[in-house]
Amino acid sequence: MVPLSYYLVLSAILFACGVTGFLIKRNIITIFMSIELMLNGVNLSFVAFAAQWHNLSGQVFVFFVMVVAAAEAAVGLAIIIAVFRTRETLNIDQVNLLKL
Amino acid sequence: MTENLHLWILPLLPLTGAAINGLFGKRFSRSMVASVGLTFAGAAFVWALWVASRFSSLPRLSLPYVVTVTTWLRSGSFQADYAFALDQLSLVMLLVVTGVGFLIHIYSVGYMWEEGGFYRFFSYLNLFMFFMLTLVLGSNYLVMFVGWEGVGLASYLLIGFYFTRDSAASAGKKAFIVNRIGDFGFLIALFLMIQHFGTLDFGKVFNATQALPAETSGAGFLTAIALLLMLGACGKSAQIPLYVWLPDAMEGPTPVSALIHAATMVTAGVYMVARSHIIFEHAPSAMIVVAIIGILTAFFAATIGIAQTDIKKVLAYSTVSQLGYMFLACGVGAFSAGIFHLMTHAFFKGLLFLAAGSVIHAIGGEQDMRKMGGLWKKIPWTWITMLIATCAIAGIPGLSGFFSKDEILWRAYQANWAYWFVGVFTAFLTSFYMFRLMFLTFAGEYRGAAGAPHGHEEHAGHGTHLGREEILPAQAPAPHGHGHGSGGIHESSWVMLGPLVVLALLSIAGGWIGANRFEHFLEPATGTVGALAAEPSTGTAEPATLPAAPAEEHGNERLMTGISVAAGLLGLGLAYLLYSAKPGLPDRIADALHALYTAVANKYWVDEMYATLFVKPLVGISTFVFWRGVDQTLIDGTLNGGAAGARELSDEVRHMESGNLRSYAGWIAIGAACVLAYMIWVGTR
Amino acid sequence: MLHLVLFSVFGLICVAGAVNLLVQRHPINSALSLVVVMASLAVEYLLLGAEFVAAVQVIVYAGAIMVLFVFVIMLLNAGEEEHTTGSIVAWLLGIPGLLTGAILVCWAVLRYSGNREVAIGALPGAPRDLAQLLFHEFLLPFEVTSILVLIAIMGAVVLAARPEAVQESKREG
Repeated sequence: MVPLSYYLVLSAILFACGVTGFLIKRNIITIFMSIELMLNGVNLSFVAFAAQWHNLSGQVFVFFVMVVAAAEAAVGLAIIIAVFRTRETLNIDQVNLLKL
Repeated sequence: MTENLHLWILPLLPLTGAAINGLFGKRFSRSMVASVGLTFAGAAFVWALWVASRFSSLPRLSLPYVVTVTTWLRSGSFQADYAFALDQLSLVMLLVVTGVGFLIHIYSVGYMWEEGGFYRFFSYLNLFMFFMLTLVLGSNYLVMFVGWEGVGLASYLLIGFYFTRDSAASAGKKAFIVNRIGDFGFLIALFLMIQHFGTLDFGKVFNATQALPAETSGAGFLTAIALLLMLGACGKSAQIPLYVWLPDAMEGPTPVSALIHAATMVTAGVYMVARSHIIFEHAPSAMIVVAIIGILTAFFAATIGIAQTDIKKVLAYSTVSQLGYMFLACGVGAFSAGIFHLMTHAFFKGLLFLAAGSVIHAIGGEQDMRKMGGLWKKIPWTWITMLIATCAIAGIPGLSGFFSKDEILWRAYQANWAYWFVGVFTAFLTSFYMFRLMFLTFAGEYRGAAGAPHGHEEHAGHGTHLGREEILPAQAPAPHGHGHGSGGIHESSWVMLGPLVVLALLSIAGGWIGANRFEHFLEPATGTVGALAAEPSTGTAEPATLPAAPAEEHGNERLMTGISVAAGLLGLGLAYLLYSAKPGLPDRIADALHALYTAVANKYWVDEMYATLFVKPLVGISTFVFWRGVDQTLIDGTLNGGAAGARELSDEVRHMESGNLRSYAGWIAIGAACVLAYMIWVGTR
Repeated sequence: MLHLVLFSVFGLICVAGAVNLLVQRHPINSALSLVVVMASLAVEYLLLGAEFVAAVQVIVYAGAIMVLFVFVIMLLNAGEEEHTTGSIVAWLLGIPGLLTGAILVCWAVLRYSGNREVAIGALPGAPRDLAQLLFHEFLLPFEVTSILVLIAIMGAVVLAARPEAVQESKREG
């Protein structure tokens, strides 16, 4: 019997690692993977709550999150490819023209 | 059965003329513009005549005859209507304004024919008639004030008619601003009337005043009202201390000087004082002030007039002086005598100005009398009519001026011999400078330069700029904008001479009605009412009983008349001596009395004094305190500072959008942390 | 007891994988660490009884999405990360903010969630029950997500196409 809070703490840790990766990594693809990590952390918390409240809607929601993540990954990687073609770099610090 | 006189048509006619000429005149031909202007002015005159003819059929006790057009203001218990009233006083003014105005309209057609802005001139002239008629026919102080302000506006527009000239524009401004000071007094008087009487209607105000005792000891609010009204009259009728605009107003075309600054607008002050006679009679100290201002101005202006070299300036100061006589009459209680002199003055002064315009026109724009002379053979009609007018103003027996001026001097003598003495001396001076003008202009040899062809510019008013009147050495003649192909001095056309002749006839015959019959006619409107009488002012009032026995009075009166006629003839003789018989004498006298002469020739430096005392400090305060200090530093500074501050703030904040994705993530993270903290804090409370 | 041990072990593997993702310099190593995280997460789902979700996690996430990532890394020949000066804000504001947020959440969760416990296999997520929910209550979101996927496909194809290929198809088309 594991308290619910442990699952939530684990989820929080995964999410925090995702954000950290977003903040400190320079490769675009790695940043994308950090986003996926964040989404996974959230999925875990959904399933944990579903188990606690005995409501399957939490798991259905995980489906939808996965679908969205898949779509987002596809389009995002396509964008990265397009950016790579024009800018010849995968360093996010060099994709900074949209500024004031 | 009182018939409907449709008084409201009277102001409306010239207003229509002004509107038509103003809106469409630019596209009309000159004859069309002239016809429109003359038609409406003439129609007003014809209607006035018709009103006059029907006047006698109105029952006496129903006067004043009031036509209410509409309720104008209503605020609480105060109400002012847009209404016109007719009684004897306004009838006299009405005929003078429309009659003399119409004659001057005719004259202007000829005089202004070659000037630019022809349609504008007639539009303004008709506009002036509209406002003057509103002033004269108004049945309460508010409508009168509308007319009062309006004639000031028309005066400004017409003085500055040649607006491309700096001096003309400045003169227009000066007239308007000085008038404004007077209007301020008028307004405060109106406010006091509203405060104490709750109305501005003539009938109600005068009835209410009638019920109050006269303020013989000390000054109450009636004295205040009277003095403030007098301040307004000083502005409009060019008395001390607000007369300074009238000489500068000669920058305008001569018909304007004739109509506005001789015959009608400047007399509005006298009319107003006569209309408010009940208020003045209940405030004896104010009456004394009025009389003193009148006689002082008359004397003061006459002394300046004897040293002027511009023909129009002499006439301007003469106007100021004659207006002083009118106020003197009002100040001693002879209101009808003042109005009588107003009427005759309109005739002969209007004629003098128009004739002067004819002279100027004849010699091609020259206004300096030192360059005239010997014109009587060349422009005989002008000379004869001007001579008639000069005799009238000098008080030569039989002409109109004699009757009115003598009545004033006689009544002044009855009040205080000092008034009479200064008045007679002023009459001497008046005769002197007017005949000086006649001799310099018409007698002797021609000293000018007309005869050479001249150009088309509008005339520059030499020596008429604000400030000192220097005695300049021989100047080049200022071309007047009449491009006569051939030079040469010629008589004016009959368009201009006709009105001169008519006015000359009026100057001769205008006084024959006699002062006593005139006074009797005006009795219901201007009669002196006893201080404690309680009867309404619309009834016939008893004239004040004379203190002495009639027979002795008659003898005294003849003696005074004789003395004033002698003064007039003395002036003529002196002028003949100095300017015809011994031409070198004036210069020697001027050299001998050098200091006095310089003071007089420089108009006692009044304009300069006003400039130093009032104008320069005000301009200084406006520039340094209000403009630099408040407007630029405070208001603009705050606005610009605010804008600059916003710009600097945004300049700092814009660095947040650096294009760098990771910094965005950083901001998001910290924002999310704040929101989380807040929600946890709220949730766990 | 078993539950706790299993949970801790696979939880640690998750965290280790996540940290490894952060630490590795080459993206392919990060990708493989992410696969490890996903796999251990699948086990966590099993512990919670969500068997279908666990299976889908492995098949879709680890098996399709991560494969996509690996392909892209290979396609773009992504090398090791360079050291460029990044954003100061990210270090100065982001990390502290993140840490604050995470610690706050953990503290709130641990303090206020009481003693609620989850049994092993607490909620059996049988496919039949899930399908019941999916096709009855969540039918609309289901259909919408299918359109979403369609759009994503088209978008990915368009965005990733080679420019010359687009022009060729235009000339031919």
